[in-house]
Amino acid sequence: MTKFLTRRTLSAIPVLFGILVVTFALARMIPGDPCKAMLGEKATQETCDRFMHDKGFDQPIPVQFGVYMRDVITGDFGNSIRFNRSVGEILVERLPVTMELGAIALLLAVIIGIPAGVLSAMKRNSAIDVGTMVGANIGVSMPVFWLGLLLAYVFALLLKGTPFWLPPTGRLTAGLVATPFYEVYHLAFTPDTAKHRLFQFISNFYIFNSIITANGEVLKDSIRHLILPAMALATIPLAIIARMTRSSMLDTMNQDYVRTARSKGLRERSVIGGHAFRNSLLPIVTIIGLQLGVIFGGAVLTETIFGLAGVGRTLFEAITARDFPIIQGFTLVIALGYVLANLLVDLSYGFIDPRIRLD
Amino acid sequence: MTTSNNFEPSEIDLRRRKETPWIQALRSFVRQRSAILGMIIIGGIMLVAIFANQIAPYQPDQVLIGQESVKKRQPPCIHLLGCPKDQPQHLMGIDGNVRDEFSRVVFGSRISLMVGFFTVLVAMSIGVILGALAGYTGRWIDDGTMRFLDVLLAFPSLLLAIAIVSVLGPGLTNAMLAIAIVTIPVYARVMRSVVLSAKEEEYVTAARSVGVPNNTILFRHIMPNGVSPLIVLATLGIGTAILDAAALSFLGLGAQPPTPEWGAMLSAERNQVFSAPHLVFFPGLAIMLVVLGFNLLGDGLRDALDPRMKNR
Repeated sequence: MTKFLTRRTLSAIPVLFGILVVTFALARMIPGDPCKAMLGEKATQETCDRFMHDKGFDQPIPVQFGVYMRDVITGDFGNSIRFNRSVGEILVERLPVTMELGAIALLLAVIIGIPAGVLSAMKRNSAIDVGTMVGANIGVSMPVFWLGLLLAYVFALLLKGTPFWLPPTGRLTAGLVATPFYEVYHLAFTPDTAKHRLFQFISNFYIFNSIITANGEVLKDSIRHLILPAMALATIPLAIIARMTRSSMLDTMNQDYVRTARSKGLRERSVIGGHAFRNSLLPIVTIIGLQLGVIFGGAVLTETIFGLAGVGRTLFEAITARDFPIIQGFTLVIALGYVLANLLVDLSYGFIDPRIRLD
Repeated sequence: MTTSNNFEPSEIDLRRRKETPWIQALRSFVRQRSAILGMIIIGGIMLVAIFANQIAPYQPDQVLIGQESVKKRQPPCIHLLGCPKDQPQHLMGIDGNVRDEFSRVVFGSRISLMVGFFTVLVAMSIGVILGALAGYTGRWIDDGTMRFLDVLLAFPSLLLAIAIVSVLGPGLTNAMLAIAIVTIPVYARVMRSVVLSAKEEEYVTAARSVGVPNNTILFRHIMPNGVSPLIVLATLGIGTAILDAAALSFLGLGAQPPTPEWGAMLSAERNQVFSAPHLVFFPGLAIMLVVLGFNLLGDGLRDALDPRMKNR
């Protein structure tokens, strides 16, 4: 098992290095002068030279790459040109928004998608099956931004005044404050240290923070704000997971061991749960891992529509403003997260199917 | 002897045997209702695109100020649904620049179909050649190509497309190129795996032993094995490409106004969703329909071309 874990983990290293190179290159290849983009078209040559020197953009490319590598390894992503704050600080503030949104969306997709797929396979060709698959086909074809706007229209406008009304924008209702847990419990830390950043990072998960500080009002409000974006974001993954679960289940349900299980008189529930479902998990887990990419991409769109300051929207705005440090830092973190998640999926194969460990 | 024994193949068997795999696939394809539905949707949209000039009552960029008494963002007026006969009919209403929304949606079908086909064609051509070369030559060329494609796959595709468009500059052509680039790995991987398994086959060894040149072996003997998975991938890929291009246009990186591109049209009116929902509803519905058509068709083709998927 250790050998399996080590081999899989090591195989991710060349990809990680490739990601570093691509991120660095992409950020440099974006046309336009970062100085003009930041300081405005009227910036003088002298101001620009000073700006480029301060940011290290006047160095040769290999030197810039070396500096970049060193910074990445030490966890220093530099300062955002636009916000004039460290990229790490901005990440601490905005990554939790996207993680919370993505986690809820993925959770929705899994807890609805898998049972729907299993049920569909069990009742093959029934009305449930046809209905689920028609729904899944429509779900896969739906533009996230369109669905988001329609949801906002229905829940924020048509249902206004009913208990089903949901806020179409923002993370919390104006006036509400999510007091960080470290302030509530008077935890000691030195400002601007790693510990401080970690505390801030954790407290920016509003749902989690309000649970541990027992703040029911903020909890309810932050969940209500996340429902619409999470629904929009979850639709495509949900449809894909339901389809994959159905086809994987149909595959295993035709196997001899399932027939054997049935013929020896096992209850249908244990045949499905213990024999068929367990063995159809592999492709389902793979497809769930791949959905993270869909979610990160969709986050740009949903965060834009629902006015959430998450990594997707920040990255998109940074690209249009040529804010290199943010582009590099954020792309890197997203790609790293994606690679790590898929590595975890890979590793989970070893647990789901013990034969894979021996390969 | 007039009686036939059981060992003789029946007439039906004989007829079946003459069928090529393609005819069999076609048979299995027409049996699937969803695939036929997909064909009908795509066929319909293609007809709309071809006859856009005849179907659309106005030109897509025709501003109606001074020509008709219509207001900006006026809701749809359909005579059959009770709109007064003395008012001009506008099936999908009027957009923010006082243009007929229906005409714009109709003309938008040309752009979406073009985006889908062009993107997949570029991605598939490059991907197939890369994959075939990597799989056939092996060793460092294979390793290098596949590692590079792994890196491309390590980025969420829409984010990578956004980054590439910002390097190339916004615009529909660049958006299409960006989407093509991020989808190359998919085609390359499939082609490579086809080549890897086919190059060990006996007919390839046979061809090689009689002195058939390498490129003939690759193009004539090996690559045709990839045709059916590629047809399926390409059909599904057209839908995804249309969806991603619309997303890029929605973010302002793809088609620019006044192009009647569905994503861009939706983006232009997204802040008016509460006051003029029809301007968001119809372009989005059009995107969904065309993508649904290609997805249904792709699924149907997969079931028809891949015998393992039969009866799913």
